[in-house]
Amino acid sequence: MIEVKNLTKIFNTVNQEIVALDDVSLHVEKGEIFGIIGLSGAGKSTLIRCINMLEKPTKGSVVIDGIEITTLEPQDLRSARQKIGMIFQHFNLLSSRTVFDNVIFPLEIAGVPKKEAGKRVEELLDLVGLSDRAKSYPSQLSGGQKQRVGIARALANSPKILLSDEATSALDPQTTRSILDLLKDINHRYNLTILLITHDMNVIKETCDRVAVIDDSRIVEVGRVINIFSNPQTATSRSFIGNIINREISDQLLQRPAEQASGIITRVIRVSFIGESAGKPLISSMIKKFDMDANILYGNIDRIKDTPFGYLTLELTGAPDQVAEGLDYLSGHGLEVEAIDNV
Amino acid sequence: MFDFGANAWMVDKVLIATWETIYMVAISTFLSYVVGLPLGIILVTTSEGHILENKRFNQVLGSIVNAVRSIPFIIFLILIIPLTRLIVGTSIGTIASIVPLTLAAIPFVARLVETSLKEIEWGLVEAALSMGANAWQVISKVLLPEAMPSLNLGVAITTINLVGYSAMAGIVGGGGLGTLAYYYGYQRYENGIMWITVIVLVVLVQLVQMLGDTLAAKISNRRR
Ligand SMILES: Nc1ncnc2c1ncn2[C@@H]1O[C@H](COP(=O)(O)OP(=O)(O)O)[C@@H](O)[C@H]1O
Ligand SMILES: [Mg+2]
Repeated sequence: MIEVKNLTKIFNTVNQEIVALDDVSLHVEKGEIFGIIGLSGAGKSTLIRCINMLEKPTKGSVVIDGIEITTLEPQDLRSARQKIGMIFQHFNLLSSRTVFDNVIFPLEIAGVPKKEAGKRVEELLDLVGLSDRAKSYPSQLSGGQKQRVGIARALANSPKILLSDEATSALDPQTTRSILDLLKDINHRYNLTILLITHDMNVIKETCDRVAVIDDSRIVEVGRVINIFSNPQTATSRSFIGNIINREISDQLLQRPAEQASGIITRVIRVSFIGESAGKPLISSMIKKFDMDANILYGNIDRIKDTPFGYLTLELTGAPDQVAEGLDYLSGHGLEVEAIDNV
Repeated sequence: MFDFGANAWMVDKVLIATWETIYMVAISTFLSYVVGLPLGIILVTTSEGHILENKRFNQVLGSIVNAVRSIPFIIFLILIIPLTRLIVGTSIGTIASIVPLTLAAIPFVARLVETSLKEIEWGLVEAALSMGANAWQVISKVLLPEAMPSLNLGVAITTINLVGYSAMAGIVGGGGLGTLAYYYGYQRYENGIMWITVIVLVVLVQLVQMLGDTLAAKISNRRR
């Protein structure tokens, strides 16, 4: 649906060149919610703005639904943009227009006949739950309501793609959740491809199928959200995950007992449960099967989008070969197993 | 001096002069917006990074606007007498005054409009662009409606300035309250009529400001 290839964006300011995107490539499937996470200044906004050409890339290509968008004539670019909705952190609603007139705005631009447009607006306001606020002005709405108007407006021309630039970053956690639920609902209902950027791993965790981690103008990691959570490859990803899930175990817990009977070892491992494996009693059957002791140091169960997901940090004590076989047993049943005691 | 005949005559004179001033100022304000509003829009939209960016053109236009603005009105008035004659056929009277008043106000209006439009958050323009709006749609559906309260205040400021300018024009035979004050007040030492003129001018300015404030507040309140 969206194919970004070798995208580079350099800003030439008065006293320096800023490389905002450095050879970024990305592929977003139709109907998926794809997240891009990165710290402030990493280049997220520049990337998403290159997708509807609000920012002209210095190099590289962006293909949307088979159309190369970077070389379109102005007229064709405007038509293409009508099929790419966008929502913003600060909503960007027109204060001179009511809710109804804000939502009809893109239809006016596209030249949709008034009557037809009015009907569409009513449907959209119904979808976002704001039918009773049609005559209000944006300044009379809460942040969450404003973003709902923004979403309705972005959907007016039935776009193929929705771009979201930190759409929940100005909202409180509860409102954020309701907006994310709305986005998921829209994604389901219309099989709409959503590309969202955020600096908040919670947003990724709750909504996205796949995520790209961007650090200092480059994409450093891409994958299914669940895989990034269970097995992050980069320090950047680990720190984002660390912000919402406590993966680190204090050094004290990692200290091995000073005395140990001969032929017995102690390992500290972290097991990640994903999806259905989270429901199976694999740990207890491992203990029985391989004759070892397991001491739970830390545990955490969560959901990633709609999939159960958890971490368990265990201290295993037993004969070396038994412990090794036990670990294989867990991996063999689809658990992500990671030794964290650096033996 | 205070007999009724003289007073009635005086009231008549003041009323006529007031009407001339209102007429002159209203038409000049209108005409200066006919040209100044598009100029202001062009100044904003051709500036760096804006929807019709054209740096050279913007610089040239900006310089012309600044040049005209820097000429004191009283000098401007005399400077363009030949042009006024060419257009109106005379350089004396109410109609003739409209030419310098309008021409002097155009660059002023252009800068006022520019300032008003620059206040609009860039995010709103980008939102419109992201929906596929063209330049004209951005101007007519985003910039102008969003800036309406501020543009309204600009009209009030322009009108008030033109009331002052029209009095200056009056001194060189431009008609209106300025001429009245000059002939009867200055040249014939009739202080009474001078003071009446001043009072009428003050009231006019207050009325315009009130009207502008009320309109701007009304638009803003509706949106609040
Ligand atoms: N119009 C611009 N001119 C110059 N530098 C810019 C511009 N837009 C963004 N940048 C720079 O590009 C980098 C990436 O910015 P941005 O994409 O906004 O980051 P993010 O959205 O991840 O916070 C930053 O260093 C920022 O200062
Ligand atoms: Mg940003």
